[in-house]
Amino acid sequence: MIRDITIGQYYPSHSVLHRLDPRTKIMGTVFFIISLFIGNSILTYGVATLFLAIMIKISKVPLKFILKGLKPIIILLLFSVIINMLFTPGEAIVSIGFLHITKEGIRLAVFLAIRLVYLVIGSSLMTFTTTPTALTDGLERLFQFLKVVKVPVHEVAMMMAIALRFIPILTEELDKIMKAQAARGADFNRGTLKEKVHGLIPIMVPLFIAAIRRSNDLAMAMEARCYHGGEGRTRMKPLVYEKRDYISYLIVLAYFIGIIVLRILL
Amino acid sequence: MSIIKIKDVIYEYLKRNEQGEVEESVQAVNGVTIDIEQGEFVAILGHNGSGKSTLAKHLNAILKPTSGTIYVKEMDTKDDSHLLDIRQTTGMVFQNPDNQIIGTVVEEDVAFGPENLGVPTKEIWERVLKSLESVNMTAYREHSPNKLSGGQKQRIAIAGVVAMEPECIVLDEPTAMLDPIGRKDVIEAVHELNREKKITIILITHNMNEVIDADKVYVMDHGKVVLKGSPREIFREVETMKSYGLEVPASTELAYQLKKAGVNIRTDILTKEELVEQLCQLN
Repeated sequence: MIRDITIGQYYPSHSVLHRLDPRTKIMGTVFFIISLFIGNSILTYGVATLFLAIMIKISKVPLKFILKGLKPIIILLLFSVIINMLFTPGEAIVSIGFLHITKEGIRLAVFLAIRLVYLVIGSSLMTFTTTPTALTDGLERLFQFLKVVKVPVHEVAMMMAIALRFIPILTEELDKIMKAQAARGADFNRGTLKEKVHGLIPIMVPLFIAAIRRSNDLAMAMEARCYHGGEGRTRMKPLVYEKRDYISYLIVLAYFIGIIVLRILL
Repeated sequence: MSIIKIKDVIYEYLKRNEQGEVEESVQAVNGVTIDIEQGEFVAILGHNGSGKSTLAKHLNAILKPTSGTIYVKEMDTKDDSHLLDIRQTTGMVFQNPDNQIIGTVVEEDVAFGPENLGVPTKEIWERVLKSLESVNMTAYREHSPNKLSGGQKQRIAIAGVVAMEPECIVLDEPTAMLDPIGRKDVIEAVHELNREKKITIILITHNMNEVIDADKVYVMDHGKVVLKGSPREIFREVETMKSYGLEVPASTELAYQLKKAGVNIRTDILTKEELVEQLCQLN
């Protein structure tokens, strides 16, 4: 089940998009998402589509892989489209009893669908082209300003990075525990929902204990390697903006201004 | 010159019952005095619960002695102002390879120590490449640690410590969770560091075969040092070793049994080769 979700995964490749600074990609994605909510005409969405299509092409991530990421939101998407179609007041096109499908409703529903789909594609394109480490590094630097109000930015980023590092280890551990319980006769697939939930306890308890033990060990190992917070820390791979980042910022900005101009003119 | 001076160290921890009241105090380390010379390869032997791991954690100030003192290069581990210097001087490798790797890429993990020390970026890269080379893991520089074997992960952990350029490395049962091949690779890597970089090694273990090539061996039992000397001197005491719940290497054991059965043979034999030689000289 977890393996089906492609949102947030990294797709290794060697495109320009992969090599961009994570900060550029995060900011670019933010601007793109904002632009989706500024746009309100076929033309603006046409421009957004073109922009997104070019980005996908540059990223070298296969379209099929990207579309797979939409699977989890299909139900949400259908639901909001239908609600919008039926309950937007306006000029009715088709009426079935008390339900009216209005012209305005269809327009709104289509725009909503485009916004949602592009939002997911846009943000997953960022995660596809950025390693988790780079992403946390980028977020750490972008949110640096929060330090002024005493938010422990470095610590939060370190926690995220460690969490990412331990996901595969804990998945393996979970697998081992489930097998061990199954070997002693546990059955996780049968029974009522209540029984199933009950059956999770003998899995979760050892998993949590193991995770706490691990974190204790890890904390000790980190201290032994002189970890003492973000103060005075240098980086092996510091984030440095390069020419391609400035160019990307210009492109994103041009696109963003274009959308605003279209919105005002039309 | 001695790099680490352990003087009359006692470490006491309190056992509490469920109400949080102190039930009893246990002396995990009970009056240990050891001097470790620069460049030595020292092994500390002991069965489970002998206090050897607790002692190891004192050497880079993860634990502080209840009484007694530990000097790392003349710095008292109780003095917090030297904490980072002490930890930089004595690196530490732990038992479980999974729980001491922080980075999601091998090279980033090796860089973790130098990053914490505030080493400039360019030098971090040099150190990472050099230390990966010193444990023969350069080929895995860009791999994810999750896909490596236990022995490889442990060598990455060692590289991570080497990158901090320590003068001494403490290894707390580094091979306990490894398969025989991983064990051999790790121990060889450690010996190489000792030989080529002159790094002082303190190897905590209960595996006799890892001790044979050490310069000095300390045997611990119930928080005390009960035997010390060269591996040859230590393993000659077959009976004493057994009374502390420790085995001796197979060749030593065989020689000992032969002697007991009336064969005229030396008992301070450590390796198979020595044993063969001795046996061939019998008539």
